[in-house]
Amino acid sequence: MVRQVNRMSPFNVTSLALGLAFLYLPIVILVIYSFNASRLVTVWGGWSLRWYFEFFNDRAMLDAAWMSLRVAAVSATIATLLGTLAAVGLARGERFRGRALFSGMLYAPLVMPEVISGLSLLLLFVALNAERGFWTVTIAHTTLTMCFVTVVVQSRLASLDRSLEEAAMDLGCNPVQAFIRVTLPLIVPAIAAGWMLAFTLSLDDVVIASFTTGPGSATLPIRIYSEVRLGVKPEINAICTMVIALIAVLIVIASLVSKLSSSEGKSAAPL
Amino acid sequence: MSARRIFAQPARYAAIAPYLWMVLFFLVPFGFVLKISLSQTAIAQPPYVPVFDFAEGWTAIKAAFAQLSLDNFGLLASDSLYISSYLRSLVVAVTSTLILLLIGYPIAYGMARLPQRWQPIAMMLVIVPFWTSFLIRIYAWINILQHDGLLNKVLLALHVVSAPVVWLSTDTAMYIGIVYSYLPFMILPLYATLSKLDASLLEAAADLGASPRRAFWLVTFPLSLPGVGAGALLCFIPILGEFVIPDLLAGSGSMMIGQTLWLEFFTNKDWPVAAAAAVALLVLLVPPLVLYDRMQRRQLGGAN
Repeated sequence: MVRQVNRMSPFNVTSLALGLAFLYLPIVILVIYSFNASRLVTVWGGWSLRWYFEFFNDRAMLDAAWMSLRVAAVSATIATLLGTLAAVGLARGERFRGRALFSGMLYAPLVMPEVISGLSLLLLFVALNAERGFWTVTIAHTTLTMCFVTVVVQSRLASLDRSLEEAAMDLGCNPVQAFIRVTLPLIVPAIAAGWMLAFTLSLDDVVIASFTTGPGSATLPIRIYSEVRLGVKPEINAICTMVIALIAVLIVIASLVSKLSSSEGKSAAPL
Repeated sequence: MSARRIFAQPARYAAIAPYLWMVLFFLVPFGFVLKISLSQTAIAQPPYVPVFDFAEGWTAIKAAFAQLSLDNFGLLASDSLYISSYLRSLVVAVTSTLILLLIGYPIAYGMARLPQRWQPIAMMLVIVPFWTSFLIRIYAWINILQHDGLLNKVLLALHVVSAPVVWLSTDTAMYIGIVYSYLPFMILPLYATLSKLDASLLEAAADLGASPRRAFWLVTFPLSLPGVGAGALLCFIPILGEFVIPDLLAGSGSMMIGQTLWLEFFTNKDWPVAAAAAVALLVLLVPPLVLYDRMQRRQLGGAN
């Protein structure tokens, strides 16, 4: 009877395989076509790196890519700092005044449509008379992505054994020392994963950036978006493939970091 | 005093900086949206009449309140463009969520039935596309769906159709794009509940004579309902305000409320009406958000 319950039925295998094919095929096709020599995106003209060279000669696209990388790096870093602090406050702090409001504010942006977040931040920046450009986009992305960092770090904190911190304090650490020496090393993988998630989310965002950027400081997604609306171009295939490659590298690093730390975690567990 | 309590004090201070950040850049901006949605349209930069001037004190505040108007909301309620985009958002979100459930459930079920050591790999495979740029994934579909794109080529080669089918700029393309983008959001909560299911319950059902199909409908499915609810809301809520996917893949016919907001803001430069549309979208979001919050809480309560 047990075997019957746990058996992988052909239906299960098929649905899973089809689902994964559905998720990956479009991306694979895009990557293959980015190496297409033909100017027509739909006609295969042999393998070529032509469109990659085209990108590196496109001043406007390069500027946009550089802008995106800067925004993503700075906003991910601030978001990781603030998100980690928020996670510590929520997971380890006692009830404080406005805690419900705080956690509400941190969860709302996860599901809030981006048009609303973008519009509201723009209206704030206009009211503050802030010049729109690098910093306004960076602040907007920080606000959005720190919520994701908080979720990632908080779930890691929740799964940590609190007696480790208590033991450190019994041995004479003050709470801040206990956090830095014991807790922090244990949550570093989650913090790193949070940073990478924040980085990729920022690199991906077109809606919020459109609202909060100024003239002459378009991010890469904004440029891609305006090109895509005019139709498919082979150069875009190449740019998209490079973005995918960058993100793939980040994911591999992230999984290596977490694998490394989980083996450390096992050796630390008997403590 | 236990160590736990001593730790709690500094941990509380850790929240100060992110708290202030969120109040300033998340909460306060909504105040501005609300304020501007109640102000008059003007041809100026910024294109609305400032409602408030703190420098002039109480009289200015009183004057400001006298100036507030619900005109923009009146416009939203009377203009068929807004009503239809409101309705279309609801229809698209409900339809997409149902399709997502139909496609996502078998995939999540298949994942939960994999041998234990394959499950993390399958989960990783589902999460990776979520990390890959969302815009790029939509763009990938434009490649496939265009007139002489791969889909039409394959269909023609297989003699399924005799002439290229128009896919791009149709609702079909939009639904493909939405389902594709939100599928991980549906699979993950479903998988989370399905993988935690106690297998002995199914064994018991089998021992009592239930066929696998009957056991699924009588045991597995009812127990997976929390995951169904979480997945459905997790998709439904952001799809309501979706802008990029319908803009790139759907036809130029009727718009969703997110698109209307965008159009009012960037093309018509009517900020007060755009702000009013944002408030309307928020109102639309309140019931599903409350429902989601309640479900999460009940599940946490059940776990304790």
